[in-house]
Parts: sequence; structure tokens; C-alpha cells
Amino acid sequence: MKHLWQALKTYKKEAILSPLFKLFEACMELLVPLVISHIVDNGIANGDKMYIVHGVLLLVAFGAAGLCFALIAQYFAAKAAVGTSAEMRSRLFKKLQSLSYEDIDGIGTSRMITLMTSDITQVQAGVNHTLRLLLRSPIIVVGAAVMAFFVDLYAGLVFLILIPLLTIVIVSVMYATTPLYRKVQEKLDGVNLSVRENLQGVRVIRAFCREEKELAAFDSRNADLCAAQKRAGRISAITNPLTFCFVNLAVILLVFVGGLRVSGGALEQGDVIALYFYITIILTELVKLANCIYIVSKAVSADRRIEKVLDLPAEPDFYPAENGEEIHDENAVSFDHVTFTYRDGGAPSLSDIDFKVKRGETVGILGGTGAGKSTLVNLIPRFYRAGTGTVRVNGVNADFIPKEELRSIVAVVPQKTLIFQGTIRSNLLWGNGEATEEDLLRALKIAQAEDVLAAKGGLDGEIAQEGKNLSGGQRQRLAIARALVRNPQILILDDSSSALDYATDARLRAALKSLDCTTFIVSQRTASVRHADQIVVLEEGRIAGRGTHDELLKNCNLYREIDASQGGDEA
Amino acid sequence: MKRSTLFKIFIRLRPYTPWLILTMAAAILSVAGQIMAPYFIGKAIDGLVYTVNEAGKRVIDFGFLYQKFIIIGVCIAATVLGQFVLSLSNNRIAYHVLAEVRRDAFKKIEVLPLSYIDNRAYGDVSSVILADAEQFSDGLLLGFTQLFTGAATIVGVLVIMFVMRWEVALVVLFVTPLSLLAARFIASRTYKMFKEQTEARAEQTAFADEMIAGLKVVKAYTHEDENEEIFDGLNETLRKKSLSAIFFSSTTNPVTRFVNSVVYALVALVGSLLAIATAGTAAAFTAGNLTTFLSYSNQYTKPFNEISEVIAEFQNALACAARLFALIEEPEESSDEGLPALEDVKGAVEVQDVAFSYDKEKKLIEHMNISVGAGKRIAIVGPTGCGKTTLINLLMRFYDVDEGTIYVDGQDIRRVTRKSLRENFGMVLQETWLKTATVRENLCMGNPAATEQEMINAALAAHAHGFILRLPNGYDTVLGEGGSLSEGQKQLLCIARVMLCRPPMLILDEATSNIDTRTERAVQDAFQKLMEGRTSFVVAHRLSTIKNADLILVMRAGNIVEQGTHEELLQKGGFYRDLYEAQFEGK
Repeated sequence: MKHLWQALKTYKKEAILSPLFKLFEACMELLVPLVISHIVDNGIANGDKMYIVHGVLLLVAFGAAGLCFALIAQYFAAKAAVGTSAEMRSRLFKKLQSLSYEDIDGIGTSRMITLMTSDITQVQAGVNHTLRLLLRSPIIVVGAAVMAFFVDLYAGLVFLILIPLLTIVIVSVMYATTPLYRKVQEKLDGVNLSVRENLQGVRVIRAFCREEKELAAFDSRNADLCAAQKRAGRISAITNPLTFCFVNLAVILLVFVGGLRVSGGALEQGDVIALYFYITIILTELVKLANCIYIVSKAVSADRRIEKVLDLPAEPDFYPAENGEEIHDENAVSFDHVTFTYRDGGAPSLSDIDFKVKRGETVGILGGTGAGKSTLVNLIPRFYRAGTGTVRVNGVNADFIPKEELRSIVAVVPQKTLIFQGTIRSNLLWGNGEATEEDLLRALKIAQAEDVLAAKGGLDGEIAQEGKNLSGGQRQRLAIARALVRNPQILILDDSSSALDYATDARLRAALKSLDCTTFIVSQRTASVRHADQIVVLEEGRIAGRGTHDELLKNCNLYREIDASQGGDEA
Repeated sequence: MKRSTLFKIFIRLRPYTPWLILTMAAAILSVAGQIMAPYFIGKAIDGLVYTVNEAGKRVIDFGFLYQKFIIIGVCIAATVLGQFVLSLSNNRIAYHVLAEVRRDAFKKIEVLPLSYIDNRAYGDVSSVILADAEQFSDGLLLGFTQLFTGAATIVGVLVIMFVMRWEVALVVLFVTPLSLLAARFIASRTYKMFKEQTEARAEQTAFADEMIAGLKVVKAYTHEDENEEIFDGLNETLRKKSLSAIFFSSTTNPVTRFVNSVVYALVALVGSLLAIATAGTAAAFTAGNLTTFLSYSNQYTKPFNEISEVIAEFQNALACAARLFALIEEPEESSDEGLPALEDVKGAVEVQDVAFSYDKEKKLIEHMNISVGAGKRIAIVGPTGCGKTTLINLLMRFYDVDEGTIYVDGQDIRRVTRKSLRENFGMVLQETWLKTATVRENLCMGNPAATEQEMINAALAAHAHGFILRLPNGYDTVLGEGGSLSEGQKQLLCIARVMLCRPPMLILDEATSNIDTRTERAVQDAFQKLMEGRTSFVVAHRLSTIKNADLILVMRAGNIVEQGTHEELLQKGGFYRDLYEAQFEGK
């Protein structure tokens, strides 16, 4: 609740005024039974019509005043709720952007989006209801009891029994149903999973004739869900009858006590009527309260999910040096006995990686699926942090270089190319907001993406969401251009020419060679890396060989095999 | 349309007739109890009018009070019983009907023609099965009881008020609906605001979706600050739109409450004046009567205020039900009941003069003829969209041919059961699909009877054993949705899955596209072994696969333009040669 509190604090004024005006409204409502009792005792008993008319006008005036107070309260509540949720959404978005890759992997895209949308909406409804109703109902309940004491001390005692009793009923039903509803949600997730899976895997399921088994699995999940729903429903079903029962038993008790007090001369009939209305008010308020608590408890659990993410640490700008000793060297990049394990991975994905890259060199990183190629290059801009050992960029431990500086030195074109909605220009400017038109065109030229420019009608050609109006190859070349706009000292192409044909790929490599930057080319194809100054061959996270194409052909079995499997001799 | 939906709902509810009757009876019982309680409480309050005895002391007839207390007690008991039974039996109907429609809808996924599923976004279909079903059950069944009890309450209260005193009843009857009008007025005014809010939200969500999906790129380009600025701008717009929508719609409650308090005041006025006018007569309007009336006007305006909400929900639920029933009634794949199973398959496949297209307006495959001997290896090549995958769809009977016939071992595949046909094919597709289940369950999907050793052998052959062991729980690791496996690893698992069931015919649609070449080469060896003696259809993009094929089908725009062996086709110097050169000579 920490972040929610902080967000709400911005709307301190509204958050206080809203319940305050609700309190005023409640007072108006609580005065009504008193007026009625006076009408009965004085107006009707004495046949005083004017007294009655005045009383009724007073009732209407209370109603009108209540309306005004309520509208003010609603406005402040809405303002606070909407503002708080906007603040939470903004915080969440910032936090998500600041997370480390490991946390991003851990949370997953779909959960982030759920947090941003439905969870935040629930929190907003929760805040709104809390300010408007959750505070109002207890005020009215307590207020009604206070008024009852005001009317008669003994009758007030009836309220003193009733209110704790009802509180116990509501609280215990809540307490009993919360885990049950959580169970319902779990079962529902299971049913959802079945449906989604069977739609996506329809071909495989039919190919393997799994329809009946899938249906049987669904049936049992569905039956579980139904049973869980009924179990939760059974307990909630007690609430209303039980409150009704207690409230009306209290009415009987009240009329009895009232009878004693009237015969004792302490009370009049009208007073008892007023007391009766106070009890009715309590009943209606409690029904509203129960519904409101349901919404608020949903909001609380949504908030808990959000806060869990908000409490994650942001990726630090840099990691302070622990021991002062620091080796500086002249290499652009060096790996010093680096081992890396993903957070939920069993075995290390990289073990004892050790090599150096001079400035201006082109390095090929070659290996099979899952050999650790992407992992290796992701350590250079510190997307992931080396476990043991050190990664150095320009001779400095990458841990010590501030994030922004490091990432302006190193530009990565990731395997999964992502181009965003906007124009070609707006996408390229991601690389460097201050790039000139010339810079952009030059980058496009090197990236062999001039035809994209032509196809989309220039730099201001529209790009659809996720670059859907581009082909895979066009997206890749645009992504490379975007990286080049950065003017990086170190450029990493993570399998980012896979959608290009051989000829374009070759032209791209030649153009990159002319640049004055250290280049990493990650690939599965020996053809893409054969001209590199140095090729690092990876196998299951270890370096299996290092050297030039010709050296590796001589010394490295694995490299030879890979080359041969790609028809190396034919080329 | 609506009527027929209602009719279908009634048919679904028919097995629940006893429960429905119970629900209605319980509803009436509870409503009666709730209406009668204030009536007798009013009577009891009249018992508080005292007489003064000789000693000048006030005397109250407690006997009269006790009598009323007993009746009120009965009303309480009736209401408690009624409400409780109502909830239980209503829950029973609602949840059971929900489970049934959901099951029917789910079952439909397994028997719908693939064209239905292919032509729709997964989200659209799943939202019918999940969200619409829920809404249907909530809105229609729970809404129905709410509507029924609400109506019963309104009618009951009006009747008893008219019996008691028609003058006061008229006031309630005519003034209460004002709240309905007020609510309607506010709703129509806020509609536009809600629309604007939805639009603002959609814009923000679209932006957030895109950036969250591309979070790693955002970070790689340290584009966080620019994004924050845009996001906060969209956020501010949304905040403003939301504020007006939420505030104006939340005025409904205070306004209806005000109307109710006017009703209340009018009842007090008319009632009190009437009490004075009739004082002392036989049909006197007592203070107790007034109390009853006030309590009615207070508590029973409630269903009135809620009625428009309930009706809106009801209509929404009806729309959901209509979508749900449309899915359930969607025509299924033609039944293969009574057809014989395809047995002892050798694997000879004959495609005879087949025509097929997805969109009947646009012709795709026409006059296709292929003849494949048992155990032969067929490679299918051609540019993207040439119909390679379509051929597979037809062989597996995911789609049925429009014209012509496909024979397996001389039997028309439409004259045998789909199950037996598909069991004889092993399929690995480019798009990998794995269940959210353990590695073991996924591997044994096609052959649940496989032994541990057989499974490990298959995994070894597919070169998947190594990385499976490196997973946190080895073969018992549960693969999550999406999960942490690479595409290549998933593909290896799919290959192992097929290796384990060893069917007489194989379909490999770019089965190794995500695997690196060296692993692929190793897997190919296993494939070679697997393909021995099995008829295989291989959609390939790698030369080695094609070279070894007994027959190459070259497809272009839905038609087979050339067929023959590698050498034959090269010599022919046609489309195949062009393709071959474009793809492999570039290096």
C-alpha cells in the first residue's frame, strides 16, 4: 500500500474533503427520523397541520442539502481516484522501463500489460469506493447508534448489541470467502489455459488425435471450477439472510424496550418510530457496505500485485567498485573468465568465457541453437550482469560505467527486431535524437535500407504498429540503420541479418567494414562470419575455438563440422 | 433473433425446472416476508399507544405486542429461509448452466472445421467461451432473479399500499419513477464521456502495449525518458476524460437518493394529514401505518432505482448468449461415424485431380495430380504462399478437397475416420506448439504407452536429451506458456515427439527451420532413419533434403509446375533451376 499512499498524498485535500462531505450528507440523512418522530408526537398527536408542513419542508431541505454535499463529495472522490490511478500508472510505467532484463524476463509481457490495464482500473474503482462509500457506511452506522443513544439510553443499548453482532457476521463471511474466491480464480486460470491452448494447438491436437483427452482434461478443470464457485457461493449466501434476521430481531427487542420505556413515561411513540428508522438505515447501509468491501478487497489484491512490481529494484545506473584495484587496458571489449547463469536457469549459460577484442576489429560469434551467443553479447551493454569474472568495455569494467553512457557506446541490433509505430524518421531518431537528416540517410545507406526508404516514400513514410507494414528483411535493415544512427563505438548484430539474402548480407558486411567501429556479428552461418578478424565458436556456453576462418578450419572440429553442414565446400 | 436466443435459454434451463420452481417459490417467500415485516412492525408500534389507568400510570397492552412479535418472527423466518434457499438454488442453476455451456463451447473447438479457427483471432473465440459465458451466467441467471424479486417487491408493495391506503399509495406510485427518469437522463449525458474515456484509454494502452513488448529495445536505446514523456501526456488526457466520465456518472446515486427523499417527505405529508383527518374514525390512518409506509417508500424504491441497471445487464447478457449459441451451433466437421478405420497402412498416396481453395472466390489448387509409392520421399519446394502448407492441410484432412480425391493405400481418405488417418501421419511443423505440461507429457503425447527408455532414445535421436537434462527438473520440468525454451529447442522437442510414435507416413513442414545447421545435420541422420520405409512429405528449404528425395514437387501459385528428381529437374532448366540458383548459388 506504500505507493498507493504516496500517490494518494498528492490528492490529500480531495481525499480528506470527500469523506468529510460524505459525513455532512450522512448527518442530513440521520436527522430525518428525528423530524418524523416530532411530526408524529407533536403534529399528528395535536392535529397541528402547520407543524407537519414545516416538518415536511425541513425534510425536503435536508434532502437538497444532502444532494449538494453528496455531489461535492463525489467530485472530490472521483478526482482523487482518477488522479491516484494516473499517478500509479505513471509510476508503474516508469518502473517497468527501469527494470533489469532479468526482471523483465521474470514478469513477462502479458502480465505487465494486465498490471497496466485491468489491475490499475481495479485500484481506481477501489479508491473511489473507499472515499465515497467505505468511509460513509461506518459513519452512518455509528451515527445512527449515537442518535439512538441521544433518543434514549436504554434503547441505545439495543444498538450496542446489534452493531458488533453484524460486524462479526460480515467480517467472518469475508474472512471465510476470501480464500474460496482465490481458489475460484485459480480454477478459472486453469480453464482459461485449456481454452487458449486448444485454440493455438488445434493442428497438433488433431494430428495426435488428442481431442478426447483434451476434453476430459477440460471437463475435470471445468467441474473443479463449478464446485469451487458453488462452495464460495454457499458461504456468501448466508450474509444477507443473517443480517436481515439480526436487524429484525433487534427491531422486536427495540419495540419491547420501547414499550417498557413508553409505559414508564420516558419515551413517546414517535421516539420509538425514530429508533426503528435508525435500525432500518443501518440495514441498508450494511448491504451497501458488503458490496463495497468486495470491490475494495479486489482493489487491494490488484494493488498488491502492482506494488510487488513497484518494489522491485530499478536497474542500477552502475555498480560501485568493491575493491579499488582496477585494470585498464586498450581493448574495446574483453571478457575475463566470465560465467553467467540465468536467474531461473539450472546450469550456467556461459562458462569461463575469456577473450579480448581490439578496437576496430570485427568479431564473429558462431554457434548452434542455445550455445549462448546472444547471452554473450548481451553482457557487453550490461543487459545482464556477468556472474563471476569481468566484462570490460574500453578497458573499464562494464559494471562501473553508467548505463546511459555504456549504451551509447554499445549499440545492439537484437535478434527479434522491433520497429515502432510512427515514421521511418521517428524510429531512426531513437538511435540519436539529435541526428541530422544526412546522418539518417547515411545510416540507411550503410544498412542497405535505401529501398525501404523508397518503398515507404521517404523518411516520413508511415510505419504501422510493431512495423507490421514492413517485411522481416526490411525491419532488420531498419533496425540496423537505427543502431548506426547512434554512431556507436561498438556495434552488435545479434543474428540480425537472418532474413536477408546472401547478396544483401554480403554488401551489408562490406559496408560495415568501412566504418570505424568494433563490430560483433552473431550468426549460425559461417558465411556471415568468415571474413571476421576473429571468430569465437561457442558450444553449450563454452568457447570451443577461437581464431580466423582459416585457422579454425584447421584447428577446430566443431567449426569444420558447422561449415561443412552449410555446404562450405560448395561455396 | 432475440426471441430465439431466449427460447434456447429456456431449453437449456428445462432440466432445471424443479430448481427453477424452487427459486421462484423461495423468491416469493422471501419477498413476502420482507414486505410483511414492516407491516406488522407498524402494527406493533401502534401498540405503543398507551392508556392511562386510575393510578395515573401509562398502561401498554404487552399481550398485543407479544402477539405481533410472534408474527414478525414468522416473517423473519420466512425471509431468512427464502433468501438462503434462493441463493443456493440460483447458484446451482447459474454455475451448472455455466459449466455446461462452457463445456459445449469447448467441445466445439475440437470438432470445428479448421477454417473456422484459422479465420478468427484466437482471442475472439476464447473470449466467447470465457468472458461471454461468464457474462451470460452472471447477467442472465443472477440478473433474472434480481429482476424477478425486484418486480415481485414492487408489485407486492404497491398492492399492500393500495389495500392499506390508496391515497398515499398514489403518491409513491407517481413520484418514485422520477428517479428512473433522472438516472436515464444522466446516463444519456455521460455516454459521450465514457466513449471519450474509452478512446483515450485505448490510445494509451496501444502505446504501453507496444513499448512493453519492446521493453528490451527501449532499454537498449535508453529511450526511457522520451517514452515517459509521451506516456505521461496520454495519461493526463486519460485522467481528464476519466474524471468527467466518472464524476458525472456518479451523480446518479445522489440524485435518485434526493428523489427518494422527496417521495419520503410527500408520504410523510400526505400520511400525517390523513392521520389527522381520520383520527378517531374506524378506518383511522395511525402512526404505525405511517411508519409502515415510510419504511416501504424508503426500502422499496431500491428495486426501482436498480431496474435500469438490471435491464441493461440483462440485454448485454442476451447478446453474450447469442454469440455463445452461435459458436455452439456452428456446423461441425462432417461426421465420420460408421466409417471404417484406415488399417495396416503401407503409405501409398494418390492425389487425383484435386481442386481446393480457402476463399471460394479465389482459385488456388486446381487439377492437382500426385502419385507416391509406399515408403517414398517427396520434397515440396516453391516460393512462399505457393500452397505447400495447403497440401499438408489436405493430406491431414484439416481441410477437405473441393473436387477430386486423395487416396491412401487406394482408400478415399474421406471414407475412413479422421482419427485413423491422422494416427498414420507424424507431423512436425515450423510453428512449434507444446502443451503447458511437463517435457515428459509433451514427448509422450502421441504415444502415451512409451517406456522411459523409448522416450529417452527419442530425445537422444532428436538431440534434445542434453538440453532437457539442463532444465531445472529435467524431463519433469513444466514448460510454461511461451517459456524459456528457444524456438530451436522447441522444434527439437516436436521432432522427438514424432520420433516416439513412428507412424507409417511423415509430414515435415520446415521442421528444422529454427535449428542450427550442425544440429540439423545430426537430426537429419535421425530423420533419415525415421523416414526409411515411411512415406514422407518434406517441405524443405535446405538442399540436402531435396537432393535425396525420390520425387520433388515444385509448386507455384497453388499448382505443381514441375515434378521429378533433382537431376531431372536441373536438366530441365525450368522454374526449379531458377529457384535452386537463387537460393544456393548466391553464396
